[in-house]
Amino acid sequence: MADIKKFMYVNRKAPYGTIYAWESLEVVLIGAAFDQDVSLAFIDDGVFQLVKDQDTAAAGFKNFSPTYAALGDYDITKVYVEKESLEARGLSLEDLQHLVWEDEDEDYAEKDSIRLVSRAELAKVMADQDVLFNF
Amino acid sequence: MSTIDVNGKQLEVDEEGYLANINDWEEAVADVMSKQDDLQLTSEHWDIIKFLREYYEEYQIAPAVRVLTKAVGKQLGKEKGNSKYLYGLFPYGPGKQACRYAGLPKPTGCV
Repeated sequence: MADIKKFMYVNRKAPYGTIYAWESLEVVLIGAAFDQDVSLAFIDDGVFQLVKDQDTAAAGFKNFSPTYAALGDYDITKVYVEKESLEARGLSLEDLQHLVWEDEDEDYAEKDSIRLVSRAELAKVMADQDVLFNF
Repeated sequence: MSTIDVNGKQLEVDEEGYLANINDWEEAVADVMSKQDDLQLTSEHWDIIKFLREYYEEYQIAPAVRVLTKAVGKQLGKEKGNSKYLYGLFPYGPGKQACRYAGLPKPTGCV
């Protein structure tokens, strides 16, 4: 298809308390129908969105964190997590969900979606995008 | 809000006929809805409806039709993972119609 653009959705806020995280996820899933080159970035408090074993029962919010695991089904295979943001919050990759996508061309082999990158590396990836959406 | 009658129970539905409360669902909901559409449910229909409910249970979303197609192909066999087969079962659109029967919200990505 002609004219595939690079879209990056940048997630900067904690998952609950504001609507940004969920809105972003919905836009990503809807936008995935348009066959663009899509990636996600999680920086600042946005890294909390990917923390595993979330329980929102006491807060009365819908726990939408299981939906991140569906990103692979929507052919979203590039999920960048900024190393500095993660470390500043005392988190490591082990605290995050293990997100994978299945490569149909390799008999549905599971591949990791999350790419841990430094701030400088992420800046380079961002500079390479056609469109950035900030949430 | 309008309702549908399922075995004497009045269940709330939205303006497009989707169940207002996902927890109201039982198999009879699909029977009632399909009768309204003059559609006879077969085990092939039920495979898709059950698949959708499991998908929602796991991911908390109703999959877009292209995601459904791919996943059905993987789980139920390549010959079923195409839109011809799915539209044959659900002529109003496998995403929308099957999700409605399954008690799920309208699929994310169906505009």
